[in-house]
Amino acid sequence: MSNIPLQINGRELVGKEGQSILQIAHENGIEIPHLCYDKRFTPTGACRLCLVEVEEENGLKTACTTSIQPGMKVWTNTDTLRALRKATLELLISEHNMSCSTCDRDGDCQLQDYAYEYGVTENRFPSIMIQPGLDNYSTGDTAIAYDPSKCIRCQRCVKICAEVQCVEALTLRDRAGSVQVSTGLDVPLKDSPCETCGQCISTCPVAAMYDRQAVKMGKTKDLVKIRTTCNYCGVGCQIDLNVNRNTGRIVRVTSETGCIPNDGNTCVKGRFGMDFVGSDERLKVPLIKEDGKFREAGWDEALDLVAGKFKELKEKYGSQALGGLSSARATNEENYIMQKFVRAVFGTNNVDHCARLCHASTVAGLARAFGSGAMTNSIEELRRAPLIFVTGSNTTECHPVIGIYIRQAVLFEGSKLIVADPRRISLCEIADVYMQQRPGTDVALLNAMMNVILEEGLADREFIEERTEGFAELKEAVSKMTPEQAEKITGVPAEDIRRAAIMYANAECASIVYSMGITQHTTGTDNVLSLANLAMLTGNVGKEYAGVNPLRGQNNVQGACDLGALPNVYSGYQRVDDADIHKKFEKAWGARLSDKPGLTVVEMMNAAAEGALKGLYIMGENPMMSDPDINHVREGLENLEFLVVQDIFLSETAELAHVVLPACSFAEKNGTFTNTERRVQRVRKAVEPPGQARLDWEILCDVARRMGYSMSYPDASAIQEEITELTPIYGGVHYDRIEEVGLQWPCTDRSHPGTKFLHEGKFSRGKGKFHAVSFLPPREMPDEEYPFILTTGRLLHHWHTGTMSRRCEVLNDRVPFGTLEFNPDDAQRLGIKSGEKVAVKSRRGDIEVPVEITGKVARGTVFLAFHWKESPANALTIAELDPVAKIPEFKACAVRVEKV
Amino acid sequence: MKTATAIKNIDELYELNKKYSQRKEKWEKSVAICAGTGCRANKAVSLISAFKEEFKKKNIEENIVLKETGCHGLCEKGPLVVIRPDNIFYQHVKPEDVIQIVDKTILSGEIIESLLYVLPEDKKQIVKEEEIPFYKWQKRLVFGQNGHIDPRSIEDYFGVDGYSALAKVLTEMTPEQVIEEIEKSGLRGRGGGGFPTGRKWRSTRNAEGDIKYVICNADEGDPGAYMDRSLLEGNPHSVIEGMIIGAYAIGANQGYVYVRNEYPLAVENLLVALEKAREYGLLGENILGTDLSFDIKISKGGGAFVCGESTALMLSIEGKVGEPRTKHIHTSESGLYERPTNLNNVETWANVPIIINRGADWYRSIGTENSKGTKIFSLVGKVVNTGLVEVPMGITLKQIIFDIGGGIPGGKKFKAVQTGGPSGGCIPSELLDMPVDFDELTRVGSMMGSGGMIVMDEDTCMVDVARYFLSFLVEESCGKCTPCRDGNYQLYQILNRITEGEGKEGDIELLEEIAETVRDASLCALGKTAPNPVLSTIRYFRDEYEKHITDKKCPAGVCKNLFNFAILEEKCTGCMLCLKRCPQDAIVGERKQPHSIIQEKCIKCGICFDVCRYDAVIKV
Repeated sequence: MSNIPLQINGRELVGKEGQSILQIAHENGIEIPHLCYDKRFTPTGACRLCLVEVEEENGLKTACTTSIQPGMKVWTNTDTLRALRKATLELLISEHNMSCSTCDRDGDCQLQDYAYEYGVTENRFPSIMIQPGLDNYSTGDTAIAYDPSKCIRCQRCVKICAEVQCVEALTLRDRAGSVQVSTGLDVPLKDSPCETCGQCISTCPVAAMYDRQAVKMGKTKDLVKIRTTCNYCGVGCQIDLNVNRNTGRIVRVTSETGCIPNDGNTCVKGRFGMDFVGSDERLKVPLIKEDGKFREAGWDEALDLVAGKFKELKEKYGSQALGGLSSARATNEENYIMQKFVRAVFGTNNVDHCARLCHASTVAGLARAFGSGAMTNSIEELRRAPLIFVTGSNTTECHPVIGIYIRQAVLFEGSKLIVADPRRISLCEIADVYMQQRPGTDVALLNAMMNVILEEGLADREFIEERTEGFAELKEAVSKMTPEQAEKITGVPAEDIRRAAIMYANAECASIVYSMGITQHTTGTDNVLSLANLAMLTGNVGKEYAGVNPLRGQNNVQGACDLGALPNVYSGYQRVDDADIHKKFEKAWGARLSDKPGLTVVEMMNAAAEGALKGLYIMGENPMMSDPDINHVREGLENLEFLVVQDIFLSETAELAHVVLPACSFAEKNGTFTNTERRVQRVRKAVEPPGQARLDWEILCDVARRMGYSMSYPDASAIQEEITELTPIYGGVHYDRIEEVGLQWPCTDRSHPGTKFLHEGKFSRGKGKFHAVSFLPPREMPDEEYPFILTTGRLLHHWHTGTMSRRCEVLNDRVPFGTLEFNPDDAQRLGIKSGEKVAVKSRRGDIEVPVEITGKVARGTVFLAFHWKESPANALTIAELDPVAKIPEFKACAVRVEKV
Repeated sequence: MKTATAIKNIDELYELNKKYSQRKEKWEKSVAICAGTGCRANKAVSLISAFKEEFKKKNIEENIVLKETGCHGLCEKGPLVVIRPDNIFYQHVKPEDVIQIVDKTILSGEIIESLLYVLPEDKKQIVKEEEIPFYKWQKRLVFGQNGHIDPRSIEDYFGVDGYSALAKVLTEMTPEQVIEEIEKSGLRGRGGGGFPTGRKWRSTRNAEGDIKYVICNADEGDPGAYMDRSLLEGNPHSVIEGMIIGAYAIGANQGYVYVRNEYPLAVENLLVALEKAREYGLLGENILGTDLSFDIKISKGGGAFVCGESTALMLSIEGKVGEPRTKHIHTSESGLYERPTNLNNVETWANVPIIINRGADWYRSIGTENSKGTKIFSLVGKVVNTGLVEVPMGITLKQIIFDIGGGIPGGKKFKAVQTGGPSGGCIPSELLDMPVDFDELTRVGSMMGSGGMIVMDEDTCMVDVARYFLSFLVEESCGKCTPCRDGNYQLYQILNRITEGEGKEGDIELLEEIAETVRDASLCALGKTAPNPVLSTIRYFRDEYEKHITDKKCPAGVCKNLFNFAILEEKCTGCMLCLKRCPQDAIVGERKQPHSIIQEKCIKCGICFDVCRYDAVIKV
């Protein structure tokens, strides 16, 4: 891009080709007023406030739409312009309901600011505003309130919906003075394609769009913004909790354009899913179970009981009879303390957490292939990757902000998109190739793609020779899997497999995005290895815009793994059975540690059921909803001699506990989360905890002390300092470095800038290793008795076991209950109607749930999210494990569907 | 796929031209009946069936040919029938006149006097079409074939050298030479902007891209304007031929005609014409056996005025909201579907074959220095001969309104003419001698627009006229940009107030201030020109505004709150006609005694004023 010299208001400036006058002016601190412009989308040129004079040009030019030209002489603030702007503002005010004194955005309104600046004090024109209070598409909506009487018709909401969120839910209706924002056919927002991201609110320059829940909850001057990291998915959006300084409550959520990684974008949960923090149902005091009932207790009593009981069990049965479940919801510091507690105080490595249930196979697979089990690239790169191959990830719903980046790349950046998923997810609509494979047939599909790439001579020979090993074995393994052969197994037409393979191999850079559709299988590790094979075969790893990118589910599942809440490694993936490492931690912690890898989540449940595990400390997890085959989980938990659950709500698991300890939510604590792109980001306290709820790490330290192990820290940053000392990949991550933007590990010392993408020049393990993988079917295949394959997952509006999201008004309003996705042909064959309640039965349990008839699922497949306690999907799933990663097969089990 | 009738090469086309032009010589007579929209509204369709029936009965179908043509222009006198080759012109023809016409005129060569045109000034009858003043002063190039050919017959078009201009460019000219010829001709866009057509073509040709589009803008939305409609209805092939030539010059492979859904006959005739053109291989792959491949689709508009604006029009074709965008990137670089696109209006396209056939030098000889060729105007309002007129650029307003238009009916005085559609300006009588071309009209505060010309007489209130046009524009603003959406509305409100007698000191200055804001700050041409009616009427009729505001009087007697009816005692004969007709019983008086009006009861319906035969009712 060439430099362009120009003059603005007599100042000599240099801009870049393609920049607009407005952009270069703002870059140089020259303010030009604007109401319809937002840097997130293409300029509109509608408000006419940014008109400027350009010498030797006819007429005035809108600075937002006019590109700079060499030698251009621009004047932005002449008397003529100021007069025109003042008149234009007067016109805008004539259509705007100037009710500033009762407006929520008083003090945070662009129109108000400009009116002030241009001295628009009198209203010369009669009001022509649209009558307030008329029904519109948002009437009665729980999330978004649109007030046409305040709307200045700048179109920003419509454009952000189309160009940033890419859903086109909003449009304009009517023309001339009657123009209003609406949905297609004026349907209520809920029935439109709206994803309730609230981007429309974020861009509105006035208060025409506002959070319904925030109305009359405090004006701008009453609100304090506290920057923190969202506690839902692994994207790690930076959000600002707007807390009313008088009431101490979270009023609304905003996010700032330009922030990393989400650039001001949020999804429905991030923006509208925070009411759980102030829920009346929060745990406020410790509970002790007596005669099968909970009673309230003081902290001292509860902690003495917990410490005493664990001590007793340790002495009676030995360390291996105890275990702890850490939490992917909690901070890095808390995870570090939990695993330290289990290892140093319990004296066992029986510590694990729900990463076992989502990405254990990623950690295992990518560690084997590359030497490091995390997302190879950055989220930002997906906005421009020339080709994106999404498989087993419903990105739009489960990692919504990454989902919109993919949509933007495809729609506006010319990126190609390949999607392989048993469900016809929304990304399919914009995919260049869509392959609907049968659940659990990924290896066959991927091997066939590699078969085509080799047949067509599209493999990256140079990369294979220089940077990898094991190619001969791979070649041998995939040679048998022709596309025709794969078609028989996967159901994907051979021609589509060919097209996808060739498109992938020919791309300048290709980035694979995957998630639990790949990992949650008994062949999960094989699936991950196959993706690694595919990337290495075409040289698509170790560079920008390429790579293998597992999207981590929970807000801090990456961090919980990084900090050692795993049975085989300490923080930073340092093996417990490595003698040097063992010695290092014994010394640092001043305790005798076990060098024997501990039990995984499902193994602990089995051990509990078998009576080998006697005491369990669960922090912020809900295995009674999240684990496979929950009837078996219940059996295990009920068989324990002592169960402690530390949580923010009385979850299904907490109900089984002997002692329940009330903890703080993310909004009440300081610390860090590590997002899916390995970025360590700050979590900041915004509100006070309810009742006597305490910080997780503080509670653990107290229990430890009462069990005779001294552990105390003044605050979370002190824990972080200990982490940096003991954890090489976090060696340079200090709080003072991550105040503004988080750091991506590996970040080994204070001067290390962090790592944008992994494996550049050299893999973590040296050479990348191909693994010859052959197709194996899912463990439980449909048969005559159980003819359907059940696959499970998440929805956009809810989160995991629903403890938080189902306590949020907007989320519950959008999706109040679960439905079983059912193919129309199957429904017709069984005579099942939409909305009808059916019984779903597997060999392990049965539930009742209403049916949603949809083409999203293929014939013979049904889908159910696992958020619903009334119809828990995990009552049906199978606890069969991947032999390497011990991840259960959530994505395929056999069920039967019956009318009730 | 090529049909059997497809013309394989240029020579075959020339053969067809010859064949069908000679056909005319075989006919004894032809009867051209105007089947344009105006005449249809006056039962031209039953007239045509009556002729057909009569021809059959008399068994003269072989030798006398019946032509259902497009609009002849003199709509005021329709339905029109012209009997050629003698060009006998009959007006206001009814189905019951048909037997007589066939028997007397067609079979016996006798003239039926009662159907002839009568000169208003001396009541002299005129027989021949070309001698009627309305036609005599026109220069009908683009409209030339409208009264002669059947628009649904491509053969008729072949018979008037149709598609020979296309043949010429394909055999003798490079695309570059075509553009040079159009540039040299001085042709400027007839849709309103007056942008040099050749320059527009050149920038689209030079724009990067394999796919390029040409569009014909037939979204004629100005109230009272219907020349594009009449061209599409009457001679669609001339537009198609122009577009094919344009596509060849520009390097376009697809064309669109964006036409209003309210023009069903235009759509129908265009569809027939496109079908025929495809049959003859004039559209589609390898046109006339050359490398040129091009086809045209019709896109029907939903009637939004703003969709005549090029960028809004293109979005509308794409199925999006028809809303103009700033032209920071010209449509010649990124237009329809973000491809280089050349848009011209119907009349512009129809000029192209004429320029190619007769040469740029000849074309340049018509018109003024910067406005070449002819322009079609729709002459409407308070004028004797309403209709469509085609005149050379540079002719004076007076010639158009008085020589061609026959002046003002009812002996009233001319007051102003509004040109350029709703957002044009009003030109007063002092300027009647000004030559009509692009630059002159702009200079006096109006514009060429698409060629609307609304004549107003002394009974017109200029404030009310400005209010009326604003009411149209307020509705038709798309609402995207602030000045147009809100500014025009405020202008309209103030004008409304003034015409209702609520005008205030300072209103004129406020009108000027808002009008200038709207003009200078609006996004598209609709907004930029919308204040023209206000600004031009203030410029030329400021005193009328002042009288409304200060004296609370409407001099023309239009604004009801600002005048009263009164009866002049000295003129009133006491005939009681007004008294009987007054719906409010507001008139009192005895027979043969002067009457008077009870003002409290009067609703100013004007019936007394209209019925009085002694000019005794006046407006005060």
